[in-house]
Amino acid sequence: MKNEYDIIVVGAGPAGTTAARFAAEQGVSVLVLEKDRDVGYPVRCAEAINKRTADEFIKPNDKWISSHISKFSFISPNNSEVLIDFNSVQGYILERKIFDYELAKIASNAGAEIITKAYVNGLLLEGQKVSGVTAEYRGQQINIKSKIVIGADGTESRVGRWAGIKTHVHLKNMESCFQVTASNISVEPDTLYFYFGKNVSPGGYFWVFPKSCTTANIGLGISGLEGKEKSALAYLNDNLARLFPHASILTQVAGGVPCSITLEKITSNGIMLLGDAARQVNPLSGGGIASGMIGGRIAGIIAAEAIRKNKLDHIFTYEKAWYNERGKMHEVFNRLKEGIYSFTDEDFNKIMEKFQKVPLSKRTIGKLFRIALANKPSLLIDISKVFLV
Amino acid sequence: MYRMAKKGKLLIEILPDKCDFCGCCVGVCPEDAIELKEASIRIIDSFCTNCSKCVWACPIEVIKFNKEGVEA
Ligand SMILES: Cc1cc2nc3c(=O)[nH]c(=O)nc-3n(C[C@H](O)[C@H](O)[C@H](O)COP(=O)(O)OP(=O)(O)OC[C@H]3O[C@@H](n4cnc5c(N)ncnc54)[C@H](O)[C@@H]3O)c2cc1C
Ligand code: SF4
Ligand code: SF4
Repeated sequence: MKNEYDIIVVGAGPAGTTAARFAAEQGVSVLVLEKDRDVGYPVRCAEAINKRTADEFIKPNDKWISSHISKFSFISPNNSEVLIDFNSVQGYILERKIFDYELAKIASNAGAEIITKAYVNGLLLEGQKVSGVTAEYRGQQINIKSKIVIGADGTESRVGRWAGIKTHVHLKNMESCFQVTASNISVEPDTLYFYFGKNVSPGGYFWVFPKSCTTANIGLGISGLEGKEKSALAYLNDNLARLFPHASILTQVAGGVPCSITLEKITSNGIMLLGDAARQVNPLSGGGIASGMIGGRIAGIIAAEAIRKNKLDHIFTYEKAWYNERGKMHEVFNRLKEGIYSFTDEDFNKIMEKFQKVPLSKRTIGKLFRIALANKPSLLIDISKVFLV
Repeated sequence: MYRMAKKGKLLIEILPDKCDFCGCCVGVCPEDAIELKEASIRIIDSFCTNCSKCVWACPIEVIKFNKEGVEA
C-alpha cells in the first residue's frame, strides 16, 4: 500500500469494485479499502440479479450462478398464487461470495489495489476539499491521500456524512431484513416467489429465491416503521413455521436495504457516493447489485476522466449522468412502491384474483401492474413511463 | 454513573454479543451516532439524541430502549 493514490474507494462490494475497475482501466491509480476480512462475505443478500445487467459486466459462469430464473410467482395474503412465465431466462440467483470475489479480481487485474481488514474511520480535508482517508489497519491508524474518495460503503455508509452530505435513510424507507438460506425444502429452481400481506411482511415482501430444488434464500423486508410493532426476525420465524416447517437453516443474516429515491446530493468536493451508500437501490424490488454496478461504472469512468483531465470539478457531472441512466427511473419505481405498499390485504387478494383470469401466455409484469393500479389512474401514467424506458 | 447522550442520559443500548453487524441501524441514524466495524458496534454517546430509530430498524431486536438510562 502506498500513501497516496489518485482515487480511494471505500468498500469492496459490487459497487466499489466496479468503480475501481472502470477507473483503473483508464490508467489512474486506485486503492480499495474493505473493513471485513473477506471480499464477498458475509452475504447479506438474496442474490437475485437480472441477466441483462449481469451479462453486461461479466461473462456468465456456473461458478457464481446457482440458478437461472424464468418465472415469477406472486402469492396473495389469502394464499392464491399467480405465475408469470417469461419463457426465457430473465435473471440469476448468484453465489455472491464468488461473484463479489470475481468482480474484485477483475478490478485488481485492471490495476486497482484492494486491501481487506482496513476500516476507514475518517476523511482527510484540505480546506473544503476531501483529500484522502484515515483508516485503522493492522492495529495502526494510517492516513492515505487521494485526489478523489469514492464512498461505496454500503447501507451503513458514513463516508458521505463525514463530508457533510445528509445520507441517513427515513425509517419508512429502510427495509429491515432477515434471511435464512434453507435446505430440505421443495421449490422450483427457475421461479422467484414473492409473498405479500400485512401479516406476512408489512411494507415489504417475503421472498423465496431458489438456489436449487431443495435450497433457497428465504427472507423478508419490512418497512422500518413496522419494526416498532414486530421485528423482521419475528415475522420470518412465523412465515417459516407456516410455510417451511421442516427447513434446515444453513445461514442466517440480518440486513437493511435503503428503498428510496437516490440521495439528492451524491458528490461534493473530492468525494462521490455510490451503490447502497448513495441509496441507488431499485426502491421497488430492493435490488441493489445491478444498480450499484451501474453506478460504479458511471462513477469510475467519470472519476478517472477528472484525474486525467486534471479537472476535479468534472466529478459533479456524475449526478446528472446517474439521474439520466437510472435515477429518473428510480423515482417512478419509488412512486409505484408507495402505491403498492398502501394496498390492504383485500386489495392484494382482489388483484391476484383478477390476474388469475389472464391466460398464462398473456401474463406480463406490466399487465399485473395495470391491474394492480387500475383504481389509481395517476400511477398508471408512471407505469407506462417505466415500460417505455 | 450513567452514560450521557447529546442531551441528558443515554437511553439506547446495543447488546453487542447478539448483534449481527448488518448496519441497518447505522443507515437510519440521523446523528451519525453509531460506529460499526467488522465485528464490533458502539453508540457514540455524545452524538446520540435517543430518537429510537435504530431500535425500531434493528431486524433482530438487539437495540433496546432503557428508560432508566444506561449505566457506564
Ligand atoms: C437481506 C437482503 C437481501 C437482498 N437481496 C438482494 C437481491 O436479491 N438482489 C439485489 O440486487 N440486491 C439485494 N440486496 C441488496 C444488495 O445486497 C445491496 O444493494 C448490494 O450489496 C449493494 O452493493 P454495494 O457495493 O453498494 O454495498 P455492499 O455490498 O454493502 O458493500 C459495501 C462494503 O463496504 C464495506 N464498508 C462499510 N463501511 C466501511 C468502512 N468504514 N471502511 C471500509 N469498508 C467499509 C462493507 O464491509 C461492505 O463490504 C439485498 C440486501 C439484503 C440486506
Ligand atoms: S437513538 Fe437515534 S441518534 Fe441515538 S443511535 Fe439510535 S438512531 Fe442514532
Ligand atoms: S441493526 Fe441490529 S443487528 Fe444490525 S448492526 Fe444494528 S444492532 Fe446489530
